[in-house]
Parts: sequence; C-alpha cells; structure tokens
Amino acid sequence: MIPTDEPCLSAADPGSPPPPTDLPQDAALEMLRSPYERSLDCVHCGLCLPPCPTYRVSGHESDSPRGRILLIRAMAEGRLSPDDASGWEALDGCLDCRACESACPSGVTYGRILEETRRERPRLARGSLRERSLRFLLDRFIASPRGRKAALEAAVLLRALGLDRLLSRLPVLPGLLRHALSLGRSLPPRSSRRPIPPGLYPAEGPPKARIGLFTGCLMEDFFGNANRAALSLLRRCGLEVLVPSDQGCCGALHLHQGFEEACVRLLERNFAAFEGVDFIVSTAAGCGSTLREAGAIRGNDRACAFSSRVLDLSVCLDRFGPPPRPRAVPLRVVWDDPCHLRHAQGITEEPRRLLRGIPGLRLLEVEASESCCGSAGIYNLRRPETADAILERRLEALLGSGAEAVVTGNPGCQLQIANGLRARRSPLEVFHLAEILERAAGGGETAPKAPALNGSRSSRPA
Amino acid sequence: MPRESRLPVPIRNALPEGRILEDPATRLVYEYDAWSIVRNPPLAVAFPESTAEVRNLVRACIESGVAWTARGAGTCLSGGATPSGGTCLLIETSRMDRILSLDPEDRIAVVQPGRINLELSRAAAPFGLHFAPDPSSQSASTLGGNLAENAGGPHCFKYGMTTDHVLGLTLVDGEGEVCRLHRDDGLDLCGLVVGSEGTFGVLTECELRLIPTPTAVRTFLASFSSMEAACRAVAKIVSSGTVPAALEILDRLSIEAVEASVFAAGYPKGADAVLLVELDGEEDEVEAERIPVLRAVQSEAPLEVEETSDPEQRARLWRGRKGAFGAMGRLKPDLFVLDGVVPPSKLAAVLAEITAIGREQDILLSNVFHAGDGNLHPNLSFDGRNPGERERAMEAGRRILKLCVDAGGSISGEHGIGFEKIEHLSYLFSPTDLEILGEVRRCFDPAERCNPGKVLPLGRACGEGSSARRPGILPSREREDP
Ligand SMILES: Cc1cc2nc3c(=O)[nH]c(=O)nc-3n(C[C@H](O)[C@H](O)[C@H](O)COP(=O)(O)OP(=O)(O)OC[C@H]3O[C@@H](n4cnc5c(N)ncnc54)[C@H](O)[C@@H]3O)c2cc1C
Ligand code: SF4
Ligand code: SF4
Repeated sequence: MIPTDEPCLSAADPGSPPPPTDLPQDAALEMLRSPYERSLDCVHCGLCLPPCPTYRVSGHESDSPRGRILLIRAMAEGRLSPDDASGWEALDGCLDCRACESACPSGVTYGRILEETRRERPRLARGSLRERSLRFLLDRFIASPRGRKAALEAAVLLRALGLDRLLSRLPVLPGLLRHALSLGRSLPPRSSRRPIPPGLYPAEGPPKARIGLFTGCLMEDFFGNANRAALSLLRRCGLEVLVPSDQGCCGALHLHQGFEEACVRLLERNFAAFEGVDFIVSTAAGCGSTLREAGAIRGNDRACAFSSRVLDLSVCLDRFGPPPRPRAVPLRVVWDDPCHLRHAQGITEEPRRLLRGIPGLRLLEVEASESCCGSAGIYNLRRPETADAILERRLEALLGSGAEAVVTGNPGCQLQIANGLRARRSPLEVFHLAEILERAAGGGETAPKAPALNGSRSSRPA
Repeated sequence: MPRESRLPVPIRNALPEGRILEDPATRLVYEYDAWSIVRNPPLAVAFPESTAEVRNLVRACIESGVAWTARGAGTCLSGGATPSGGTCLLIETSRMDRILSLDPEDRIAVVQPGRINLELSRAAAPFGLHFAPDPSSQSASTLGGNLAENAGGPHCFKYGMTTDHVLGLTLVDGEGEVCRLHRDDGLDLCGLVVGSEGTFGVLTECELRLIPTPTAVRTFLASFSSMEAACRAVAKIVSSGTVPAALEILDRLSIEAVEASVFAAGYPKGADAVLLVELDGEEDEVEAERIPVLRAVQSEAPLEVEETSDPEQRARLWRGRKGAFGAMGRLKPDLFVLDGVVPPSKLAAVLAEITAIGREQDILLSNVFHAGDGNLHPNLSFDGRNPGERERAMEAGRRILKLCVDAGGSISGEHGIGFEKIEHLSYLFSPTDLEILGEVRRCFDPAERCNPGKVLPLGRACGEGSSARRPGILPSREREDP
C-alpha cells in the first residue's frame, strides 16, 4: 500500500500549487488581455459541453469549450504555464466550429477568444524543436490554401496515374499524407473544375443590384461547378455580377491558425477588389464568415463597411430571388448545416426555404445536423482520427435518414462528407446548394453526375 | 504515462491505458463545477466505461487510501462535483453514456449514469415517451448527476422530482461493493441513495421510469407591473385546484439579462415580473384547466398575456427561462445561485426581503424561480476580483438562506448541499440530527472516502479508522465481470 495523504479532506484543502511559469505573470496577462476579458463572460455553466464535437468524442473536459476557456484564463492568470504542452494540445484540438457559441446563454465570444490566443502563441510558448518544426510545416503548407491545393493536386495526379491506392497502403507514409490522398480521391474530376473568367456579367432583366462574387480558392479550384451555378442563379435573380480578377484568398485558414496579420493582409486586398459593388456574395460558408468578421478583426470603418455588405449565397438568393425553379428535382435531401453558416453566421432558414421551394424535392431533417462534420478547415488533416470519429456520428444520422442526397454550402464539408460516404460505399450524393438550385432552374448540366462527387458507384475499395 | 506519475500504482492499473489523465491541463479544468467558490485540482481524472471499471477504481482508491468524487457534467451549483481535495481522484462518467435497455411497453429505461437527461428523452420520443424531470440544465446535465442531486425542474410541480421516476439503481459503494437496489426491495434504500450527492457511492446504472408525452400542451406568458401581483396570480391558480405542469416566475433583472442574450424570448422588457404557466395532458383536460388559469391571471391586471400551443412558440417562451442562469453571466464575471424554499403563501413577502438584502449588501440580485412549489433561485452576480465583493455576496447568500428557514422553508430545493451549504445545515438540524445522518451515510461508506466533505460535515470515521459497517443492510450482489 502506498502511503498517501489523509483521505478525509476539507474544502479548504488547497490541493497542489499551480505549476510554475517561465514568463513573468504580467507578461502573459498583457498578451492575453483581450481573450481574458472576453473569458470573464463565462459562468462555467456547462451548457456548451454536449454540442461540442470534440468533447463528445473524448468526454474530456479539456476538449470542451468550458475547459478551453478555463485553460486560456489560467494561462493569463499565471496558473498554467503558457509553455505547457497539455494546454496547447487541448486548444489545438478545437475545430473552431463555434457550436459552443450557439449554445452559450452568456454570449461568450469563444471564436475570438481562441483566435486571439492562437495569435499570441509564438510569443507565449516556444515549444520543443519537434513541435515547432511540425507546426511550421503545417502552418506554412497545409494552412496556406496554395500549399493545400498543391497537396490535393498531387493526390489527383496520383489518382490519375493509378498510384494513389498503392501509395496510401505504404506503411511508411505518415497518416496525414495518407488522409490527404484519401480526400484527393473524393475530389470532383478535372472536367467540372473550370474556373469562371473574371469580368462583369449582366443580369437577366433590369439589374436590381450589383453583386461581387467571391470565388474563394479551394472553392474555385475544386468546386468551380458550384461557383458557375451560383453565377447563373444570381443573374437569374436579376443581379449584375462582377467577378473581380484581383480578388484573393479570404485568410480564414490563416486566422484560425493564429496568423492574424497574414489574414489582415489578404483581407485588405479584397477590400480593394470589391470596391463599388452593393454586396459581396460568398459560396463558401467558411470564407463568408471570415469576410463578415473582417470588421471585428480589423476594427476600422473600411473593414466594417466591407463586412456589412457580405452575404452568403443562400441569403442573397432568398432576398433578391428566389430564382425560378421550373424543373422538378425528385430527390429526398438533407440540408447539412455548415458550422460556419449555422453557428458563426446564424443562417439556418434561408437554404432550407430555397430547397423547399424546389418542386419534387423532399427536405428531411436529421438530428445532429448542427454538429460539425470534422472537416473544419485543415482539422481533418491535422487530427484525422478525431475528425473521423466526429464524421462518423454525422454520417450515421445521414445514412439513417433515408435521404438520397446531401446538400451543403461549404467546400470543406462537401469534401469531408463525400469522402466519408465513399469510404462507406454509400450511394448518397453530395451537392452544393447552388448546383441543386441551378438544376431546378433548368441549367441542368452543371449538376455533376456520379461518380463526380463520390466514387462510390465505382466499387473502388476505400 | 509520459510524465512522472503521481498516482499510486493500484489506481494507475485500474483502467486500460489512456483512461486516467493527470496532465496539468486536465487537472486544471476539473477543479470545480458550476459553483465557482471552492476549487481543488484532483489528483487525476479517471474515465471508466462500465460498472466493473468503476468497482476496480474504487477498490484501488481504497487500497491506496485515496478519496474519490464522482462527476457527470459538472453543472452542479453547490460544489458537489468539485474534487474533495488535492488527493482526491475524480471519477468522470462522460464515457458511460449508453442506454442499456429501453422498454417502451413497460416504459422503463436502464441507462448508464453519464447519459445526458435530454438525450434519454430524445431516444424515448419515437415511442411517445419521455423522462419527466427537466432541470433547466437538462440539455447538459447527466442522469447520474440528476439522481445524485434529486434534481427538479419546472415540470416537477406536477410530475414530481427525480426520485419519483427512479425504479432502481446500481451503486459501487464506499467499500467497493456493487449493490443493486430496487424500489420494490422492502426497505426503500434506493430512495435513500437518490439525493445523497455522491456520498453513498458511485452510481453505475439507473433504472428509470418513462412517462407518455402529453398530447396537448398549452403555455401562457403573463407579464405584471409588480412581483406581488405575479405571486398572487400563482396563489390563485394553485388554490383553484388546477395542477399546471409548470409555474415559473422571472423578475425584472432576469428578464433584461435574458432578453440581451442569445436566449431572447421576447419577454416584455418593461415588466417587473413574468409568469410562465404550462398546462398539459389530454386535449379536453387542458381546455378545462385553461379557464381558471386565465381567470386568475386576468384578476391581477396583467400588462400582457400570451397563450400558445404552437411548439415553436412554446419553445421560444421557455428558451428565456431555461437560459436565464447563463444569461446572468453577462452581468458580472461571477455568479452565485441560491436555492432556498419557502411556503408558496410567503413568496411575495420573502422576495421583498431578499431584494432588500441584495441592496444592503450592494450585490446585483435577480430572481428566477419555481413559483408553484416556492423554490427560489436568487442569483447573485458579482465580480470576485473586486476586494470585498465575494464576501458581500456570501454574506447575502447566508442571510437569504436564514430568511427562508425562518419563513418555514428550507436551504435547498434541488441544487444540493455540496460544499456550499454545509455550514448552513445548522439552521435546520441539531448536532444530534447531523450525527444520525452521518451514521446513515456510513452504512454505505464507513470510511468516508466517497466524496468526503460534502453534504455532511466530516464525521467520526474520519481519522479514526472506519466504524464497523453494519453487516447485512445492503443487498450486494457481485456481477460476473469479465
Ligand atoms: C444552467 C443551470 C441550470 C440548472 N437548473 C437546475 C434545475 O432547474 N433544477 C435542478 O435541480 N438543478 C439545476 N441545476 C443544477 C445541476 O444541473 C443539477 O444538480 C444536475 O443534476 C447536476 O448534474 P451533473 O451531471 O452536472 O452532475 P455533476 O455536477 O457532475 O455532479 C453533481 C453531484 O452528483 C454527483 N454525481 C455525479 N455523477 C454521479 C454518479 N454517477 N454517482 C454518484 N454521484 C454522482 C457528484 O459527485 C456531485 O455531488 C442547474 C445548473 C445549471 C448550470
Ligand atoms: S468551436 Fe467547436 S470544437 Fe471548439 S470548443 Fe467550440 S464547439 Fe468545441
Ligand atoms: S455555455 Fe457559455 S457560459 Fe456556459 S460554460 Fe459554456 S462558454 Fe461558459
């Protein structure tokens, strides 16, 4: 038997002293001032635990919003070393899906708390050499849309050469690459990826407003079809559409990784590119949410003016349309709420309303439609196991619903869900909202046919 | 274990690799529950998945001389799930959330304790059934936590507290024995365990009664220009013989806080009090009850009355009530929720005095409460970083509880005693009473290692070895474990 302390303890037992920190306490507090102040809104009630996908997987409080907020607060208060690996492990595990914000009765701005903390990370924590180099690679290559595009392009190329399955079986390949290869297999074929030429596209009928179409990098590169459908739908709604040539990445991935400066630089470029349009429309929920938060991030008038003009495609079509839907689409579908629409932007009704108006289409609701699919920016590349476990819950609900197709509004989610369905050999198809609406509008050919979005019909092993 | 482990070997070996955590982040986030006054980092946190694993853990703790505290979702408002001290193992049930069986015919569900309350009702919904106790935390709190606290909720006025819906349970007691208790087993030991706040043992299975979901539900919202009028309306409803499913009141400050939060329900902002009344049952029953309710409400000159049976509108009206606690977080960084009970007839008078206490102690004080059974929830919002504010809040809390007892009520309706109210027990119980209660508790946990320091002051067993357990009291039956 091991000698331990008296088992009977009083409430006043102080427990063990807080672990020491290297930084002078005030320094950490100074750096974390803003997230710390925000964290004070949290009353530790726990209502945000059940909706948090990472908490649901592990059951660990440190993987929950309440736990993460407490860790950040403890770092600021000097009760947890800003260099503590277990603390960052918990914070890095966050999907940034913001489901916790929707559940929080106290209005805690969790997303900003996390982003502001990640921003200070390089100054707060050195981390081990291994950690730092890994982070460097992740941040510079995967977190950058260009790096990710290159990785996915490589995967597509390998697929074309028939080498992908062979490679992904190699035991030496790190999990991350293996996962990228698997995602690559779920990408639409090259034929459906023609980008939209920049320019001004006239409205059908007298123009109601001028829209700037934000095409996004991943969206444009891999889901060009959906963007073209969106363009057509906007024009059908009587909107003039400008596709500026000098627009660029929104900076969402950088922001989520804590590179706020890089994000701001990218945002500035878009402020200029979209000068002069009435509204800026995004077809990707993730980009749209960052563009809409530009005001809060940048804090100046120009940024606020820009942000207030950003609309998600569904909101714009609902407000100025709806687009004509003469053609029936006889499908049972589920609208899969992207987190950055539902939780970050509070949009749930518009896409459903648009879908319900399609003749022949039956919109089903599934439980857990508010829960993240595990894609979450580059999360599925950083933590494939957790992402898979999260996806699993979502797929179960989808597969049990009797739906024939899933409709969503974010490229990351589209890829993640298609990939999961393919692995399960499910015949369910995944579409972008614009594709389904355009099909109903009579634009037909843009809606990709199987196996475009999932290769499940070709009985390729997962 | 990557770091040097502080854990005694038997505990380390009690669960499979990776299910006992002792890293700094884990120990930090489990320091306290939703009551923030006392914080103790646990020795480590264990995540068992079955009765057998809990038993192994408890036995390892006994062998190592370590105390333990069970925890569900940590929404407890009296520190019950806060580790008993720095050498206490926290047993977290979040990974024990399976429904073991659900029998729609007999209307019985057997669940693991980590199952979330609302997620049991969700699973029962396809059969037209639900679990009646509905604490406002029901979207997060676990059934194990509900049983341990004997949680109540708005609808308990009509349907009874948690204990009225428990048919049986499995408990790993303070000596590491697996006990199966059932309501029908002669002495109602099961009833004794419900509400014991984790001091009798760790619950590992709960056998619960499900009830049919009412076919008709009608919700009323009435706003008043004075709290007295709202309380009188409640008295009239109750004395008319109607048994509403729920009778809830929010005061002015709560209304304002809720309306400024994501749970904004459209409560009229200028009102001094809003009263929520819900009727449920068969269509004709509800139709018959609605007349006396409306008559009672109308007689108190309400500012506005809204009545709806539309599910979405009803959800909206309830949203504010259910989110009221969290919404208080917007007012100040710290929140201290009290849980006094007074005879319903004295509600208005006691509330006036409570307001006066808040003013005297200069503490922001709001009230949200179950008016039907006189269960008050004064919320004290404060900023613990300001010198003296925490102390003033505690003093206000102490005086309010004393007030409730003096009015013929009690210090806890449903949030439990935990750490929070131990010192207030003397308002209700004599030293002899407490000693007898301690004896009862030691039948289950002779050495007082199971959540020590909660509910009852530490008793004789502490320090002087264990007082002998009375043999044969508990029907204990070991399971054939793998
Ligand atoms: C916003 C909010 C609203 C609330 N509204 C209400 C309300 O309307 N009515 C009400 O009654 N309460 C309410 N509460 C209090 C709290 O939610 C309840 O007490 C609830 O039952 C606690 O459940 P939990 O899973 O969070 O348990 P925890 O907080 O984790 O634990 C509570 C107690 O139960 C013990 N325990 C937990 N699991 C076990 C187990 N398996 N075996 C033995 N002991 C165990 C713990 O040791 C502790 O003493 C509210 C709390 C919040 C934050
Ligand atoms: S953003 Fe998502 S993953 Fe992160 S804490 Fe909130 S709910 Fe959990
Ligand atoms: S719901 Fe909001 S207030 Fe409650 S614990 Fe979560 S973040 Fe904190």
